[in-house]
Amino acid sequence: MNKPDRPNSYRTLPDEAGHFGIFGGRYVAETLMPLILDLEQAYEAAKADPSFKSQMDDLMANYVGRPSPLYFAERLTAHYGGAKIYFKRDELNHTGAHKINNCIGQILLAQRMGKSRIIAETGAGQHGVATATVAARFGLECKVFMGATDIERQQPNVFRMNLLGAEVIPVNSGSSTLKDAMNEALRDWVTNVEDTYYLIGTAAGPHPYPAMVRDFQSVIGQEAREQILKAEGRLPDSLVACIGGGSNAIGLFHPFLDDVDVSMVGVEAAGHGIDSGEHAASISAGSPGVLHGNRTYLLQDDDGQIKDAHSISAGLDYPGIGPEHSWLSESGRVDYVAVTDDEALAAFQDCCRLEGIIPALEPSHALAHVARTAPDLSNDHIMVVNLCGRGDKDIFTVADALGVTI
Amino acid sequence: MTEAAGRIERCFDALRAQDRAAFVAFITAGDPNPEQSQQVLNGLPAAGADIIELGMPFSDPMADGPSIQASSQRALKAGQTLRGTLDMVKAFRENDAETPIVLMGYYNPIYHYGVDRFLTEAVDAGVDGLIIVDLPPEEDAELCEPAIAAGIRFIRLLTPTTDDARLDTVLQNTSGFLYYVSVAGITGAAMGAQQAIETARQRIAEKSALPVVVGFGIKTPDHAASVGQVADGVVVGSAIVDQIAGAVDESGAITDADIGHVLGFVGSLADGVRSARQRGAA
Repeated sequence: MNKPDRPNSYRTLPDEAGHFGIFGGRYVAETLMPLILDLEQAYEAAKADPSFKSQMDDLMANYVGRPSPLYFAERLTAHYGGAKIYFKRDELNHTGAHKINNCIGQILLAQRMGKSRIIAETGAGQHGVATATVAARFGLECKVFMGATDIERQQPNVFRMNLLGAEVIPVNSGSSTLKDAMNEALRDWVTNVEDTYYLIGTAAGPHPYPAMVRDFQSVIGQEAREQILKAEGRLPDSLVACIGGGSNAIGLFHPFLDDVDVSMVGVEAAGHGIDSGEHAASISAGSPGVLHGNRTYLLQDDDGQIKDAHSISAGLDYPGIGPEHSWLSESGRVDYVAVTDDEALAAFQDCCRLEGIIPALEPSHALAHVARTAPDLSNDHIMVVNLCGRGDKDIFTVADALGVTI
Repeated sequence: MTEAAGRIERCFDALRAQDRAAFVAFITAGDPNPEQSQQVLNGLPAAGADIIELGMPFSDPMADGPSIQASSQRALKAGQTLRGTLDMVKAFRENDAETPIVLMGYYNPIYHYGVDRFLTEAVDAGVDGLIIVDLPPEEDAELCEPAIAAGIRFIRLLTPTTDDARLDTVLQNTSGFLYYVSVAGITGAAMGAQQAIETARQRIAEKSALPVVVGFGIKTPDHAASVGQVADGVVVGSAIVDQIAGAVDESGAITDADIGHVLGFVGSLADGVRSARQRGAA
């Protein structure tokens, strides 16, 4: 069903000021404005430079291992007995998640800009690991801000970052999770403006980050489009991806946005349930606000104070969402739903046992939506799910949730 | 124009006649709790504050250092709201019709409250100016333009990263005074060198007649005095809220004697600023 005011294209935004409808923008301290204007210029120049693209392509192929396969999940399809399910296997990338796609692009940009010091925020640690990886590869100093609570539940990734030569800085302010790590990274950036590049991990933050991260992640959707055309001779009926900040989802969705027959679902984390108040479902249960440089849907109280998010998945545990998703939701192009910790855990186990793939808890949320909807769809409905991360990092959390001691 | 318009200008005019810089005292509204914060606020003019900067607490103060983060959390924990902050200004105005009050904070609580409603109530409460950290000139349509239309000054931060090209952009739509952040960084960080402040002051003066106040990292009466020699105003924030932090008990309260100490510290900073030009001349 199309809204009467449907634009000619969903792929032309943001505008020059970084707005997606009323969302996006540049809500940052004046100290940072010259930096993000520089970044915007550097990114525009890089996009127009063929050597930037060839450097990217080479690293994507030989360092990251792209293209990632599009895999027909035969047994899961049979198990749910409805839609034909494909996995876009970004968990097979170097470092085990889609995060590296964006990090490759941004580290090349940092290098072009002559920056010597990289900072990043991380929740689950996947973006921190990916950032530490590219910083090691390019010989740049790297500091990763991580909430103390997240450090506690993602020890293996903390150790990985250390092995890669990055310093992990515990953040104890606020709720000690991803949003606080982002605050602290912004504080560092504002203090070290000369030599520092802030490598944001999701499609959020001040313009140009949401558009730039989307562009770097769009390789997921571009590949999936070619691959499904080759495998099935037609476009898929639906796309499903989990949403924290939303970088894997926008990466998959964006190349398909103008294919009107392809429906799309973003799956947020409902934590203990929307009604419990302990969740991370910004679109499903939040309202528009301004945080971390952009206007978008946020979890906030009556006074406009940001609420703590909850999800079993540290990577989804953020009280906001990328601004383009807020716009895609309001424009009606993409549907946003939420699944609980328990539903994600059940889908996680189905995937392990039926496909021999241990997914991360983040895409387990997307899989939970598949479990909910696939059985009622016809056998010729083709569904592509973004399997954006592998679950090795999550085995301790899952064991804990299942009451197993390891 | 509303009656509130003009307090800031009158203040700087009077101080120019006395040949001294303004002392701008920052506290966070509601820190350590709404009642005692009101007492501190009410006592600031007598302690020597020429202008009051009242922080609107926010859960995610991205541009603030540990001191003001902690003060915001104390205030929020004690139940401070944006409406509560406006009520504090209103109560203050019952006994003080002249000391300018500038609200400082982040945009989201105002956006959530509703810009029009906020501006109407802020004018009614007796607010003179706004400093909104995360609203650069690029987003002027949000709050800056409606605030100016409502008679509230919109005060902008200038930083060491503001180059000449950027300076024109920042000066457009700025009113009341300019707030020069003496170091690139967060509140409470190290203070910029006096020479660098003076250079920046001159660079700004070539393009704007607005008074320039300097803040970030000024912690002692001596610091305040040295900045007061070259600037039109001196802001102290973190060092004042640290006095509250040092006194607050487990129930989130301080004693009456502590309030006296906080105001005494404010008085010593004010003395520093007042003596600055004499010291400079000596």
